Amino acid sequence: MATYYNVTIEETGETYRCSTEQSLLTGMERLGKKGVPVGCRSGGCGVCKIEIVEGTFTKKVMSREYVSVEEEAAGKVLACRVYPSSDIRLRVLGKMAKNVCKVAALEADTALLG
Amino acid sequence: MAMTGVLRPGHMQLRVLDIEESVKFYKDVVGLVETGRDASGRVYFKAWDERDHNSLILREADRAGVDFFAFKVLDKATLEKLDADLQAYGLKTERIPAGDLLETGERVRFEIPTGHLIELYAEKTDVGNGLGYTNPNPWCAQSEHGIAPTRLDHCLLYGPDIDGALDIFTKVLGFYLVEHVLLEDGKTNLAIWLSCSHKAHDIAFVRHPEPGKLHHVSFLLETWEDVLRAADIMSMNKSSIDIGPTRHGITRGTTIYAFDNSGNRYEVFCGGYQPYPDSHPITWTWDEVGTGIFFHDRALNDRFLSVVT
Repeated sequence: MATYYNVTIEETGETYRCSTEQSLLTGMERLGKKGVPVGCRSGGCGVCKIEIVEGTFTKKVMSREYVSVEEEAAGKVLACRVYPSSDIRLRVLGKMAKNVCKVAALEADTALLG
Repeated sequence: MAMTGVLRPGHMQLRVLDIEESVKFYKDVVGLVETGRDASGRVYFKAWDERDHNSLILREADRAGVDFFAFKVLDKATLEKLDADLQAYGLKTERIPAGDLLETGERVRFEIPTGHLIELYAEKTDVGNGLGYTNPNPWCAQSEHGIAPTRLDHCLLYGPDIDGALDIFTKVLGFYLVEHVLLEDGKTNLAIWLSCSHKAHDIAFVRHPEPGKLHHVSFLLETWEDVLRAADIMSMNKSSIDIGPTRHGITRGTTIYAFDNSGNRYEVFCGGYQPYPDSHPITWTWDEVGTGIFFHDRALNDRFLSVVT
């Protein structure tokens, strides 16, 4: 039987139960909880970057574009590639990039001005 | 119409974080056919109904994304001519020798102003689609395994200077603009869909500050029912779905988007329409861009628009 742990998101105080067989991100999503932004769910896009403040975990390979070796060693990881092996407290680092239309509009404005 | 010059998208090399996990995914979930492995560890695939040896090449790397996207051209003379034309335009081109990719001839590689490497080649070994060239059956076991799209269809790339890319593809490579989305100023392109054929898109670009990014690689299905079946297969395999099944306003395709197990987004879709080079381009305005992208939702979606590898 799967073992479940408590995961707490520091910013919101939101807590959810996550099994050792689910990534922290999947565990959150399955219960309809929010707090960590959801991107590709596969270690490639960096949107769900978190810092593990407390607790132990196992992990799968994640993109070096978004997590350096040093960061990974310091517990700055992608929530979609991390599986709890104790209760976890985490802080959210990643965020969804601003809507591409807004970014592009801003750039176009700047280009026109520049 | 007579098809000459650039024929079609031919291959894409994709970076994956774990090669064996990815091979299993592309074989059993996407339903592509593995056709070879080379000395450097790259793994080659084709869609079941494709006849050339490969269309998707996976390379293990420490970050996801696209290495290069290539088009097949009519013949070697066309390859020489287009190389000369690209250089005359002012682009630096590089020759990759035949055999660097399995069963693939010499390639001409160049970087476009969005930061992507594009390649042209004339030769790739015809290995057939498994049905034979005489009195063929309509389908086979490979067409029923996994999602099983029929071909690599197009890709959508994100990068800064899409106007520069538009210029090269239309003026040098013979593509035409099929659809585009304009920014609030009513003049600047936010996104462009280009065709070198009779398809609604062979390549597309979105304006984005970071160069060289992949939004998605797309594979073709034959029916809307196949798209719904793809959604079932994705969920049955607990594979990460991005959005869909739904319909695009742009190109009218019916579609589902998902992520491979390195976070590269892929699409399987069907439908759309068949433009010709003399077709008037279709314009989507700033206030209806949500409708253009997802016709049923009529709203923008942050994850779809901003997550790239």
